[in-house]
Amino acid sequence: MPLVLTEEQSMLRDSARGLISDKAPVAHLRTLRDSKDATGFSRDLWKAFADMGFTGLLVPENFGGSGLGYVEAGVVMEEIGRTLMPSPFLSTAVLAASALSRGGSEAQKSAHLPKIADGSLLAAFAVDEGTKHRPLQINLQAVRSGNGFKLSGAKALVVDGHTADLLIVAARSGGAAGERHGLTLFLVDPKAKGVAIERTVMVDAHNAARIEFSDVEVDADHVLGEVDQGGALLDGVLNIGRGAVASEMVGLSEEVFGRTVTYLKERKQFGKLIGEFQALQHRAAELYIDIEITRAAVLKALQTLDGDFDSAGAAVAVAKARAGTTATRAVQEGVQMHGGMGMTDQFDIGFFMKRARVCQELFGDSNYHADQLARMKSY
Amino acid sequence: MSDLEAFRRETRAWLEANCPPEMRRPTTSENDTYWGGRNAKFSSEPQRLWFERMRDKGWTVPDWPKEYGGGGLDRAEHKVLREEMAAMGARPPLSSFGIWMLGPALLKYGNDAQKKEHLPKIAAGLIRWCQGYSEPNAGSDLASLQTRAESDGDDYVINGQKIWTSYANYADWIFCLVRTDPAAKKHDGISFILFDMASTGVSTKPILLISGYSPFCETFFDNVRVPKSHVVGTVNRGWDVAKYLLQHERAMISGMGERGVGRPLGQVAADSIGADPQGRLDDAMLRSQISTFEIDEAALSAAAERAVDLAKAGQSHPAFSSAMKYYGTELNKRRHEILMSAGGIDALEWESERSRGGARPRAWLRTKANSIEGGTSEVMLGIVAKRILDLPGA
Repeated sequence: MPLVLTEEQSMLRDSARGLISDKAPVAHLRTLRDSKDATGFSRDLWKAFADMGFTGLLVPENFGGSGLGYVEAGVVMEEIGRTLMPSPFLSTAVLAASALSRGGSEAQKSAHLPKIADGSLLAAFAVDEGTKHRPLQINLQAVRSGNGFKLSGAKALVVDGHTADLLIVAARSGGAAGERHGLTLFLVDPKAKGVAIERTVMVDAHNAARIEFSDVEVDADHVLGEVDQGGALLDGVLNIGRGAVASEMVGLSEEVFGRTVTYLKERKQFGKLIGEFQALQHRAAELYIDIEITRAAVLKALQTLDGDFDSAGAAVAVAKARAGTTATRAVQEGVQMHGGMGMTDQFDIGFFMKRARVCQELFGDSNYHADQLARMKSY
Repeated sequence: MSDLEAFRRETRAWLEANCPPEMRRPTTSENDTYWGGRNAKFSSEPQRLWFERMRDKGWTVPDWPKEYGGGGLDRAEHKVLREEMAAMGARPPLSSFGIWMLGPALLKYGNDAQKKEHLPKIAAGLIRWCQGYSEPNAGSDLASLQTRAESDGDDYVINGQKIWTSYANYADWIFCLVRTDPAAKKHDGISFILFDMASTGVSTKPILLISGYSPFCETFFDNVRVPKSHVVGTVNRGWDVAKYLLQHERAMISGMGERGVGRPLGQVAADSIGADPQGRLDDAMLRSQISTFEIDEAALSAAAERAVDLAKAGQSHPAFSSAMKYYGTELNKRRHEILMSAGGIDALEWESERSRGGARPRAWLRTKANSIEGGTSEVMLGIVAKRILDLPGA
């Protein structure tokens, strides 16, 4: 498989870019932030996403979607990264759609996937509990009770948790912290008794929530996949999420970089365009090279997820780690090269810096993935 | 598709049958590399066998036309061959500046007679070439070169000095940049010319490097007579040929880190340092450097693959080889810093049997030239800034 987009993928990119740059430039996020919008994203835009078929991109055709691949999901994520458009695309169309189609029973798929595809159902994927991403440390308890389970514990940084119609919750039904065995995924109604959802207003003005579960009763047929065997399903969905967030960071990096290079060609200091200074030229060139290499690594990871899903772990770790360091560098250079302007809220660059920080933490930062890679290679 | 699969099966079977086991291990010294040429000697019988079998198939230059001694493989077949050779760890049968640099330039700019004369000899390893580009006061400002070629009837008479001429003391012929019009602007008076290093007036002197080797020479031309028919391309337009050739050189150098790769760095380090009770490399900071390195290396390898695919799709930028040269060489320097660190005290040995004559520190020192030769890292960044990013001020 050549490491370039196919014609169809390029067309998808162009239509996503058209819609997103037109309807959701950075100003769109700014408006939602400044008005303290209760939803935090535009439902009209989500409807437009559904009309374009983006919401059902990863939903199989027999459940009303288009059954496309992770490269295509990454193409849309990259465009989202260019304007920082807030939307439930990651939580619902990528994570929940993947979890359900990879792990769901026929009944679960029929109940939820068509609604994800038509844009009428929003979902959230609840994994992290502590300060850093440590999926094996999941400690939210799932204790057998009657026909099902009772869930108790708390989740942090649940993307789009406060607007979700459906929660997919990773819990510990057995084993101990640090073990893969004993993890189980549950489909939980956010309105169920004992669920307390608090929207967390984050640095990047995107949506996330803290969610507490106090003896929340879940029926046995709301187990997603097998009891105690959820580790593999969780890994798989997380890898998809990592690939998607890495794509968002590629889009974000390229956009910040493009704005910065434009600025270097316009801004004069000491009687010269600042882009004439070799100190800045070399840093810009290094950043360009960094972004191009990261773009290749991310595309490689997404193609591997599409082609050989179970062996994609290393490629995904490489992509997420690279994308995290590259995006961090891109936003830091972006702010620095814009000088004092880069520090103002009025200017957009700061929005990219804040979003890059959140994307770094989501599903494991660069350090986490470097450590994972070393473990995979046994050193 | 099935044709290519069949080609892969045949290729694998042929390589299995013909590549001696000794040629499936990484090289351990310069002597292990076969460079061809008039005075070439094989270091072992397996090296000779492997070279001759590959040459007879045209696979010293698999993608060159068959009429010039090549294999006539198309791009996809060539990729299959490279993959199959890599999979079994097969060494290149012939290392040659003729293959890497001059050949592509001759295929594009050479006339019929020049192609027929030189390409088959390169493919068969009969003539070893060196490159006469750099001069003592030019450095990365290559076009400021001063070696003169003055017209005298059907010949040019060449005077001047080159430096950093790799293996000039072993080379049979040189491809050389000379100034044919001193009055013209810096880039406009240069010609690209070929001549025999045995010509009267050519002399070389090796330069001892920090690695203890002398792969480079100073090369002197004192009234060297060269027929005008040896100019490749148009007289005074040699800069076009030079630039084209440099792209190939940069691509070669950026790939240098991948050549002769043995075991993954993490395992090399684990072998010498050992593991902590959790099974992690017993040097937490080095482990982190290694994994970060391996991430960047995997990403570069994806980027190299993508560069080929982009070129195939007609979407690549001609200056992108400078980006790859920059990153590949900086990465290779990092690899060798890590190797030295992983080797610890053992890696300090300079002359001993167990250190194979100080192979590791010598290789480490050699890599320091990677970001200088073929255009410094700073020059590469300048090319990217100006030609790709279009930043102002040339």
